[in-house]
Amino acid sequence: MKSLVELGVKPVDSLINERNDKRWSLMEKLFLGLSPGQYLGQALRNPFNWILGLIFAVGLPLILYRFIFGLGAITHASNDYPWGLFLGFGLFCMVPLSASGFMLGTTVEIFGRHDFHPIERLALLNGLLGYFFAVVYLMVDLGQPWRLPYPMFWSFGPAAVLFLVAWHVATYLSVQIAEVSVAFFEWMDWLGGKRFIRRITIGLTVSGIILSTLHQGALGALFNYAPGKVHPLWYSASFQWIHFFVSAIPAGLCMVIVVSTIIKKTMAWRCDDGFLDSLDRCTLGIAKGAAMGLITYLVIKFIGVAHDNEWAYLATGWGAWFLFEMFVGVLLPLVLFAYAIRHQVASLARWGAAFTVLGIVLNRLNTALITFNWKLYQEIPHIFEFIVALTVFAIYITTYRFILYRLPILYSWKEQPQEALAPEAVKAAPASTTVSPANAVYRKID
Amino acid sequence: MSGISRRKFLAASVAVGAATTLGGTKKALAAGSFSGYPNSMGVLVDLTRCIGCRSCEAACNKEQKLPDPNLPFDDMSVFDQTFHHGTQKRRTDESAYTVVNRYTPEGSEPIYRKVQCNHCAEPACLSSCFVNAYTKTKEGAVIYDGSVCVGCRNCMIACPFNVPAYSYSSAFGAVVKKCIFCHETRLKDGLPPACVEICPQEALTFGKRKDLLKIGHQRIQTHPGRYIDRVYGEKELGGTHWMYLSPIPVEEVGFDPRPGNEPIISHVKEFLGVVPMVLAIWPALFTGFHLLAKNQEGHGDHEHDTEHQHDEEGGQQ
Repeated sequence: MKSLVELGVKPVDSLINERNDKRWSLMEKLFLGLSPGQYLGQALRNPFNWILGLIFAVGLPLILYRFIFGLGAITHASNDYPWGLFLGFGLFCMVPLSASGFMLGTTVEIFGRHDFHPIERLALLNGLLGYFFAVVYLMVDLGQPWRLPYPMFWSFGPAAVLFLVAWHVATYLSVQIAEVSVAFFEWMDWLGGKRFIRRITIGLTVSGIILSTLHQGALGALFNYAPGKVHPLWYSASFQWIHFFVSAIPAGLCMVIVVSTIIKKTMAWRCDDGFLDSLDRCTLGIAKGAAMGLITYLVIKFIGVAHDNEWAYLATGWGAWFLFEMFVGVLLPLVLFAYAIRHQVASLARWGAAFTVLGIVLNRLNTALITFNWKLYQEIPHIFEFIVALTVFAIYITTYRFILYRLPILYSWKEQPQEALAPEAVKAAPASTTVSPANAVYRKID
Repeated sequence: MSGISRRKFLAASVAVGAATTLGGTKKALAAGSFSGYPNSMGVLVDLTRCIGCRSCEAACNKEQKLPDPNLPFDDMSVFDQTFHHGTQKRRTDESAYTVVNRYTPEGSEPIYRKVQCNHCAEPACLSSCFVNAYTKTKEGAVIYDGSVCVGCRNCMIACPFNVPAYSYSSAFGAVVKKCIFCHETRLKDGLPPACVEICPQEALTFGKRKDLLKIGHQRIQTHPGRYIDRVYGEKELGGTHWMYLSPIPVEEVGFDPRPGNEPIISHVKEFLGVVPMVLAIWPALFTGFHLLAKNQEGHGDHEHDTEHQHDEEGGQQ
């Protein structure tokens, strides 16, 4: 795609095709304004697509295999470790990394920090997709996924923490769909829908905060059901939910930094100047928020250790592992953030964000899998389980990219009225800066 | 414009909040004061009497119509089986709701312990189930309705005894599987479960839980050298309906020696209490923040963001 843009091809970013003054058709929009041949060409030239293709070639049949022969066919079918990678990674890691939606939504809409507006949509999309794919992981993991609506409509267990998670994730998913739909409405030119969502933005954002507080916390509280199974250093009788909630804040924020960094490196053609020019500033601003979240998290983690008087465990092997997690996932990014903010070095903040994301993933895996059943034995998931988890993640990346390529997330949609466009089109024509896709292909061949 | 949506939103969130939390807290409170059904039944397992004949396993298999085992029930080589690098003995699974394991403490005769659901007074599995599949019956059994089981396996996470198993091998009908005290076929008619009935050593005593406690303490008193002074399950985790008398410390026969006397539900109550508070306080708190932030911006409210303005204009045309 980058090479096409260098040749002057302009991806769809407005209602009207500047070349012929007509509205883009849906097919043209889907192909980004390229011809099908060009589109396929750019897709095949991208080596990352070949990697994805390889993952799908192995992973998709395995997913099919799982649904035909049951969960036992691709996992160790452990009765001691009922939750494997699909929940340990897919649910418990994806959800905190998707706290970005409600964090940036709050920053922009509630606190009125409109200077973060350029990155708000990316944060909202990151949230939506993260939750959506957490549910996809759940569907792969559930014994009878078609019964997932049971706790909603059929058989209620309202005193269970998971009941709350189910309801809140479902509700929050709809809230996030509404929030992200603005970009979709622009792209489809359904302005009525967009105006409606605008009107209820504050309501949506506040309900997003409530639902996020509760279900991020509830994911932690799920482990309060297993006080004897999770290692004491990762278990807090009183603060488990608040540890999960507070750590989700830097997790979600840093995920946005990580994703925006990848976008800047691989997808700059799709971003407009508004996004690219403000990215360093936004990154440092978000890093500030993440640093505050991290320092709070560090303090309450050690309050947790003190509250349950678990200091003695720090001297054990598990303690070393715990300190490693705290150093790499919390302390190191804190130092990096502090330096980056003090000296305004966005690239350093990006490293800090990467370590934070790793730290949170490590924390959730530690709680759900690695230190779980610490008195029993260590379970290493089946190789097929790894592959399926990776495949779902690859589908997540593919979907993420598909949407970023098209919807106005990284760029703002140009909705010029017809008459305003006309003079511009006239201006553009003699300058002949826009090369038609066909010409571009010719040049490539030359 | 936004005022209306806020009002509507507040009303809606209060309604939803009330609906989702009242049910939860009510049940949690009830659980706190629950001290068990008065005449419910239980079983006292006397480890000094068990000889490891495995006839209880066979009886359970027959009664619950479970698949034939890989090794016959008179094959005692199963006691030598270990799993996960020798760290684990046999456990319950989808085709065996009870198993007997052998423990050989140094300088002593082997001791056999039967494993099955202990039928807690306040079951962790029940309190963790989001479709309410589990029921604690007045007879004392913890039963479940497989027809609503979604397969989240939270009950397996929650069970402090690692009892519930999952039918991983089934693609379309996978549900949780565990001992149900033979509730459907026997217990509800006042009959002892199949395993108790067949036991040739009277290692298993069936009776009212309160009577079993008396019997247990009496045996300890009569034979102080034979037992340790503990009826495991009397108080542990809020009390269980299957209880154990052991000649050696319980950790040597594979029990958690200090599981605590609180039922598992107590550990999540703190969080469940937070839920209605967040639902009630957050809306006003954050709408308030929004109003404060908006006021501060003053006239600049529409200047700061040309894009917003642009969108609105574009939208009107």
